Amino acid sequence: MRISGLGGRLYRGETSLNIIGGKRKWYSLSLAFIILSGFALGAKGVELSIEFKGGSSFTVTAPSGTIPQAESAVQSAGYSGETRIQTIGDNKIRIQTGVIEQSQSNSIQDSLAKTFGVTVESIDTQNVGPSWGEEISRKALQGLIAFLIIVMIYLALAFEPKMAIAAIVALIHDVFITVGIYALVGFEVSPSTVIGFLTILGYSLYDTVVVFDKVRENTRFITATGKYTYSQAANLAVNQTIVRSLNTSLIALLPVAAILFVGAGILGAGTLKDLSLALFIGLIAGTYSSIFIASPVLAQLREREPAIKALNQRVMARGGAPVAQGQRLQRKRDKRKGRK
Amino acid sequence: MSFGSSRNSGSANRSRPGRTLFIHLFLTAALFATAFGIGATSINLGLDLRGGTSVTLQPRVQTGDSGNVSAESIDQAVSIIRQRVDSLGVAESEVTAEGSGTNRQIVIAVPGETGRRIVELVGQTAELRFRQVLVETGGVPTPTDNELIAGLNLSPEEQSAFTTLDCTAAELNITSVTEDPNKNLITCDRTGGVRYVLAPAQVVGRDVESATAAIDPASASGWFVSLDFSGDGSKKFGELTQAVVNLPTPQNQVAIVLDGSVVSAPRINEAILGGRAQITGSFSQLEAQDLANVLKYGSLPLAFDRGEVQQVSPTLGSDQLRAGLLAGGLGLALVVIYSILYYRALSIAVIGSLSLAAVQVILSLFLLGKTVGFTLTLAGIAGTIVAIGITADSFIVYFERIRDEMRDGKPLRVAVETGWIRARRTIVVADLVSGISAVVLYVVSVGSVRGFAFTLGLTTIIDLLIIFFFTKPLVSLMAKSKYLQNGGRFSGVSARSVGMANFADSKSEEKL
Repeated sequence: MRISGLGGRLYRGETSLNIIGGKRKWYSLSLAFIILSGFALGAKGVELSIEFKGGSSFTVTAPSGTIPQAESAVQSAGYSGETRIQTIGDNKIRIQTGVIEQSQSNSIQDSLAKTFGVTVESIDTQNVGPSWGEEISRKALQGLIAFLIIVMIYLALAFEPKMAIAAIVALIHDVFITVGIYALVGFEVSPSTVIGFLTILGYSLYDTVVVFDKVRENTRFITATGKYTYSQAANLAVNQTIVRSLNTSLIALLPVAAILFVGAGILGAGTLKDLSLALFIGLIAGTYSSIFIASPVLAQLREREPAIKALNQRVMARGGAPVAQGQRLQRKRDKRKGRK
Repeated sequence: MSFGSSRNSGSANRSRPGRTLFIHLFLTAALFATAFGIGATSINLGLDLRGGTSVTLQPRVQTGDSGNVSAESIDQAVSIIRQRVDSLGVAESEVTAEGSGTNRQIVIAVPGETGRRIVELVGQTAELRFRQVLVETGGVPTPTDNELIAGLNLSPEEQSAFTTLDCTAAELNITSVTEDPNKNLITCDRTGGVRYVLAPAQVVGRDVESATAAIDPASASGWFVSLDFSGDGSKKFGELTQAVVNLPTPQNQVAIVLDGSVVSAPRINEAILGGRAQITGSFSQLEAQDLANVLKYGSLPLAFDRGEVQQVSPTLGSDQLRAGLLAGGLGLALVVIYSILYYRALSIAVIGSLSLAAVQVILSLFLLGKTVGFTLTLAGIAGTIVAIGITADSFIVYFERIRDEMRDGKPLRVAVETGWIRARRTIVVADLVSGISAVVLYVVSVGSVRGFAFTLGLTTIIDLLIIFFFTKPLVSLMAKSKYLQNGGRFSGVSARSVGMANFADSKSEEKL
């Protein structure tokens, strides 16, 4: 029942979750998700906000206003293109149009102000040019690529090159899953959503770094001690950090949930909701991937190395050490440190 | 084991946690004093938090022109637009270039309810024109004005425009921006001290090929601007100068007009037929360079694509501000409650650190607002809230490490130190990754993304400072308390919470 008690047992290896060994399961689960996401993306794509498509949006505060009223107000302003009208919260109406000229936007504002008896200044308006979306998409892509390259180099230097690869695999996994969920559910993607995505990248890595740090610690002298296969040592590390990972993720989720609650519940739409929804989904995917994807991928990558292969054969020849003896590995390492 | 622990507690004494804490708090107090000393006592709120209009323009080379959108030409465009916006007389308007390199955008933010005028005003192409001066006189209307324009054949509208124009008025005549090159222009100079009646434009900006500020060391004339006209421009400028050179002052002057106001009105000393002119005067280096820039970039006017126009009503602004603050408070409260439940007495360190971090973030926003004009947007607030989680993560990494060390059988005072050595590295690496993402986001982005990236980066730095120089020493101090050492029930490091119930030493059982 007590998580912290569980933490102690996981740490000593008394309780062990076979995470690395069960990699097929996790990979299949993720693959299924990714295929589903791919289908959803291919079939209907993601719903893009006007910032990406270009267009205008008018939000009128009118407690007694109706959608047909808004419709006729837009028509009487001489706009006949496609519109999307929805109510937001209990006192707002939002009208979205395609790309229009500034003068057209002004006349729609005037017409709405007249219809709903409000001042022009009280109408929240956004006009986005047709090429704006391209520009910000390009920038987001540039940012993504720059970020991946810098972080790859950094992680390769701070840890091991293979850890960098495994971390990036987990990262791409997270982005796929999150985008897939957006496509499946039909959440709208705005620039704030994109900020959210980009932030997830940083956060997903943060989580992976915590796990990998422990993996590295546990596997540093692995070939010298010859007691554990790489997978066993890595699995112990994942078990030892699992409580920590869940904790850090949960505590990071709390403020995000607060933003989501306030953003979606009180404001109804906009920056806060878009940003926190992307973060919320991404954080969960990130926690999952740092435990169930990043570490197994790392173990697979490392176990291709001749030195690790030889080690695994030696350990296996001796009948293999049960994972539960993790405590001894820990002690051994501490003694080594003491001797130095 | 005993050997290890005595060595480690030795290093704990050397680190002097009390002194570190004192210095940290002292520096925070100094930051506080500085902020209030220089009057930085409020945060600049973005338009999405207080209402107003923001326009983002994407510069492009005007059709028919060759060349690139250079960083210099964007700077020039920014200063031209700033002049236009300032002429509206709205306080706290901002015109800035955002983004990197030549892919920059120009962002204009004007608070209050001037929406439409701003949108119309800023999107227009700056066009430089050369017009012959017909009348040059003082900045305020006088009874003798009618005599000055007597022989000029001005239309009645032009006459009344001239006799009523007051260049010293706070709000300049915005309509002059939409000057018609084929008509006379009645306008002021940039300083507002001189009124002009100008003839229709005969030479336009695109006729100028290049302009440079230079100094002739041989003569005492000081800085001057040298001006080259294109083939067609040479001819037109030649005709213009030939026509005016022998006229009486001020009609032998040619005004350089940008955006409807007169930048300079040099006298023509000789007909300039070769396409190369020099403007001399008692210029300082800066003045000469400014004039050369006006001539150069007036000749390559940037066109703007309307990127995004956003008009936020003050009601929505204050709603968003309230929502942001509420989300922040709620997020902070949730994190505090969670850490109290999970870490018991250790949560004192969490709460203390988060409070100090909050104070430092707010002080930094005060100072940055005052010194570099940083404005906090809704996305920026979201950034700080998300950072609460990241800051709390550092504590968890550290505390769980302490528990790990205790699981290895180390007493609390030792575990606090050895756990720190291990946790430190993880925290630095993880914070650096988060810092890198903030920097990358900041460099490539525009508008609200920037605000988010900035506050995320800022709080990451503060997080590192706090955990190194506040949380760690505080935990070291707390580890000296008998209650924690004995693993008291609400200590957060009791045998039960560490998960060592089976191994628990008899001493802590007795205490309970």
